[in-house]
Formats: sequence, structure tokens, C-alpha cells
Amino acid sequence: MLSPGILFAALLNGLLTGALYALVALGLTLIYGVLHIINFAHGALLTAAMFAAFYAYRLLGLDPYLAAGILTPAFFGLGYALQRFIIGPASRGEDRNYLLITLGLAVVIENALLFAFRADTRTINLSYAFDVIEIGPAFLAVPRVVAFAVTLGVALALWLFMRWTDTGKAIRAVAREKLGAELSGIEVSHIYAVTFGIGTACLAIAACLLIPTYYVNPNVGNAFVLIAFTIVVLGGMGSVAGALVGGLVVGVAESLGGLFLGESLGQTGIFVIFILTLLLRPAGLFGARA
Amino acid sequence: MRGLAAILLAVALLAVVPALTTSNVALNFMVATLLMALVGQGWNVLGGYGGQYSFGHAAFFGTGAYATAILQLRYSINAWAAFGMGTATAALLGAIIGALCFRSGLKGSYFALVTLAFAEVLRILASVAPITGAGVGLLIKLDLRPEAFQFQSRAPFYWIVLALVAASLVLVHAIENSRFGAWLAAVRENEDAAGALGVDVMRIKLAAMTISAAIAGAAGCFYVQYFLFIDAGIAYGSWISVEALLAPIIGGVGTVLGPLLGALVIKSLGELTKLMTGDAPGLDLAVYGAMLIVVVAFAPRGIAGALLDWRDRLRRRGAGAPVLERGHG
Repeated sequence: MLSPGILFAALLNGLLTGALYALVALGLTLIYGVLHIINFAHGALLTAAMFAAFYAYRLLGLDPYLAAGILTPAFFGLGYALQRFIIGPASRGEDRNYLLITLGLAVVIENALLFAFRADTRTINLSYAFDVIEIGPAFLAVPRVVAFAVTLGVALALWLFMRWTDTGKAIRAVAREKLGAELSGIEVSHIYAVTFGIGTACLAIAACLLIPTYYVNPNVGNAFVLIAFTIVVLGGMGSVAGALVGGLVVGVAESLGGLFLGESLGQTGIFVIFILTLLLRPAGLFGARA
Repeated sequence: MRGLAAILLAVALLAVVPALTTSNVALNFMVATLLMALVGQGWNVLGGYGGQYSFGHAAFFGTGAYATAILQLRYSINAWAAFGMGTATAALLGAIIGALCFRSGLKGSYFALVTLAFAEVLRILASVAPITGAGVGLLIKLDLRPEAFQFQSRAPFYWIVLALVAASLVLVHAIENSRFGAWLAAVRENEDAAGALGVDVMRIKLAAMTISAAIAGAAGCFYVQYFLFIDAGIAYGSWISVEALLAPIIGGVGTVLGPLLGALVIKSLGELTKLMTGDAPGLDLAVYGAMLIVVVAFAPRGIAGALLDWRDRLRRRGAGAPVLERGHG
């Protein structure tokens, strides 16, 4: 029998992991909410961000938490440029093209990284990587507690940004009614690019939070992005709150599933949730009607 | 008739390849190319003609491959029979996934996601279930007799995969010129309008998905006979799903010869990249991705479409008058 202590620890650790999933999902759901399309390059961009954080430390000696200060705006710019100059013009507003272009981008980015860095798995060693906080019977790794707090902060900041700034209002206007927004003088292709930039910036933050305790290789993003898809679908495509709650739910489900069923079957649990949600409630548990 | 003549010409040209070279490297390359064309043709039926973009055709490829291997290994069924049953299993899976998706009204991004998820679930299950050999995979026993679907040389394999490609070309050509093909195109262009005009949308999509899965499954069955090995990463790997859509999109989506043309161009370019940059992995695949972006951006109907446009322009210039209708033959 499992003791309540172990369950409690698994629950807390699941929440911490779930927060990171939520951060990755946040970018995805934001892009979906505004552009109404799935960004299949999300995982590859996360991988790219993790390599950037890795080399910022390895070559420049930059602590990942400091590197986030540079990488976040850099990835915002990258995402903005990708949407403005490649994805947007190349897909000409057609959903099917959007899927194919982002998939093509994913293939290019992933394999360019594979070519440049080979398939080796890399890790960095930080002095604080193994520090733990003790809460009752649970030991929590400090970097993951930091990640949890930062994710909540980013979600709050994003919510405030969307609520109170002009750009945030413009984004919501475009998401709600594209033509109307365009007629009232909002430059839709700029807003699309800003949204894509924010989504990509979320990945840079996630990468900097992940790298102290995780590894990086050219495939690393895929594992996260499939989970992020699940979260986005579960939380309702386009819903920020849904992504946050969905992320925590999936994190806990994976942690408890792994405890009872073993590592790989625990993962199947996530996909089963995913397929069932898509088939039974495609709008998600919290989402508005599609 | 012109369509059939083009198919015949393409197949005849490809059929003489083993007479020109006995090099195993060249034949391996051609088999891989034709396999890609076959999976691509399967994707083309559903994606190209039906407008449903699947991102998980590996589900059918892998199921065909595993079924063929398991039936031989665990139930001692003859390889040729196993091949047929493997294809049927893949078709059945296509019908089941199709029924689930289409009944829930999944389209566009959602359909792409759910097909991807099915392939991923199958991959994880195959990597732990004992019947699929779990993490080790399945090895088919060497038995070099034609009755066992194994041959001394590569040439018979090549002709068999070519025959499968030829059959898929003829089938798709027949679909294109049938009432079913017209219904399928109607569903692709506007599902609601097609439904309002009395097309049974659900049944049409389901039929397209079943045929599509059968073709991709046949490719999987052939794969396992050719390499005599399968594991979860090969069978259900996402790369198969990507290859399945690359060939038709680049060659010409919703055209009979598009997937074959696409596979030939893609694989040749991939080899060329490898020749120029050495054996470092990744760059050839990056080139595939770049081609996908360029084709979607500049040639929405793929290479075949670009060639047709070019021919029309030449004709128009030759005739000195605008050509209003493109002849279909």
C-alpha cells in the first residue's frame, strides 16, 4: 500500500511539473485563441530555446534565470518575425496551409539543431540544482518551486496585459472579430505576429526554467508539446485560465499515473485523456462553445 | 484515357530500373522512394481528394506492419496471406478511427491532432505490449523462398512494391473519375453544401479514410517483409506520418501522379544533400521541411500543378488565344 506521505509528495511534484507544462501550453493556447490554428512548430521552438539557454550558460556562463532576461525578448522577436514574414504570407489565411507551414518549420528547426548539435543529450550542472525544500513528507527541488512561482507570475502578467493594455485589447478584439477589428483600424497581421511572438516568448521562459533540472537534445520539445496539446484541448483552445488549470491537472495525472501504472503507461493516460476530450468535448472542459 | 496512359508510361519507365542497375544501394533507394509514394498515395486519397489532413498516418502503416509480422510469428500464417490480412487490419483501424472522429465532427486542426494522438498512443502501447515484442521489436525469420514472400535479390521486391504503387495509381485514377470521387471533392470543397445537396458526407469520408488506411497499411506490410524487422519507433514514428503528407503535398495534392512525383523529387534531393554534406544526420530532413514551406507558399498545387500551369501558358502563347478550359482526359 502507498502511504499518504508518498501520495502527498507525488501530488505536490505533479503540481510543480504541471506548472511548467502549463507555461508551454500558455503560448500554444494564446496563438490558437487569436489565430485559430495549431502551431505545430511549438515543440521545435521550445527545443531551440532550450539550446539557447544551454549555450548561454556553457559559453557565456550566464545563469539560466538571468539568461531569461535576454532570451525572452529575443524569442519574442523571433516569433514575431516568423509569423510576419514566413508563416503569415506563406499560408495566405488558409487553415490547411497553416498546419503544413508550421509543420515544415518544425521539421526544419528540429533537423537543423540535429545537424548542428547531433543527437547527444546535454545537461548543465548548477550549484543549486539539487537544493530541496521540505514540506511535510515531501522534498521539492528548488528550481521547480521557482518554476512554479514564475509560471503563476507569467500567467498573471499575461492576464493583466490582455486586460488593461491597448495591445492586449487589440489582441482580444482580433480574436473575437477579425474583420471588425480590421475595420476599426487594428493592423491584423501585426497583432497576429505580436501574439505569435508572445507565445514564443513563453517558450523562452519555460526553457530557462527547465534547463536547470532537465536535459536538452534535438527531440526534447516533442515530449512537452504533445502534453501541451492535451492541456490546450482539455482546458479549451484559446483559454488562458484553462491552460493553467489543464496544465496542473495533467501534471498531477501524470505523476499519480506514473506511481500506479509505471512510467510509460502513465504517459498513455495523458493521451487517452486527450483523445477522449477531443472526441467527447472538443471545446474543452472550461472552453467556450466552439 | 490520357490519365491511364500517363500511369502506364510512368510504371513502365520505373519497371526497367532493375535491368539498368543491380546495385543494392540504388535498388534500396528506389524501394524507399516507392514506399514513400505508396504511403503518400494513401494520404492523398483522404487529404488530397477528401480535404481531411491526417497527421498520424503512421497509425495505419505501423498496424499493417505489426499485423503482418505477428500473424506470421505467433500464428504461423503464410506471409502472403498475412500481407493481405495486415492490409485489411489497417483498413479496419482506419474505419474505426474515422468513425470516431467524423461522428464527433472533428475537422481541420482537431482532426490533425486526434490522428496524431492515435499514432502516439499506438506507439507507446507497442513499446510495452508483449505481443509486439515491446521495446525489442519483432524479427521475422529468414526464409528465402518466394512462397514466404522473401527473395534472394532485391529486384523481385522492387517489382512488387512497384506493382503496389501501380495498383494504387489505377485505383486513385478510377476514384477520380467516379461518382464517389466527385462526392469526395464536393465534401472537400464545402462539406455543408455537399450535405445539403444529398451527399452522405459521413459515409463518403469514412470510405475515403478506409481506403487511405488500407493503402498506407499495405506499405507497412511490405516494409516488414523487406526489412524483416519492426519496432515501435519505426512503425508508429512521427516521421512516417510526415513523409506520408510530404510526398503528395510537394508532388501535387489531389492529383493521381502527385505522390509518386513528390516522392521521387524529395528522395532524390535528400540523397543529393547527403552527398554534398556527408553523412551527418539532419540536413536532408531540414531540406524536406524547407521544400514543404516553399511549395505551400509558391506552388499550392505542388510540382504537378506548377507543370500543368506552365504547359497551359505555353499552349496559350502557341495558340495566340486564351485557353479557357483545361482538358481532362
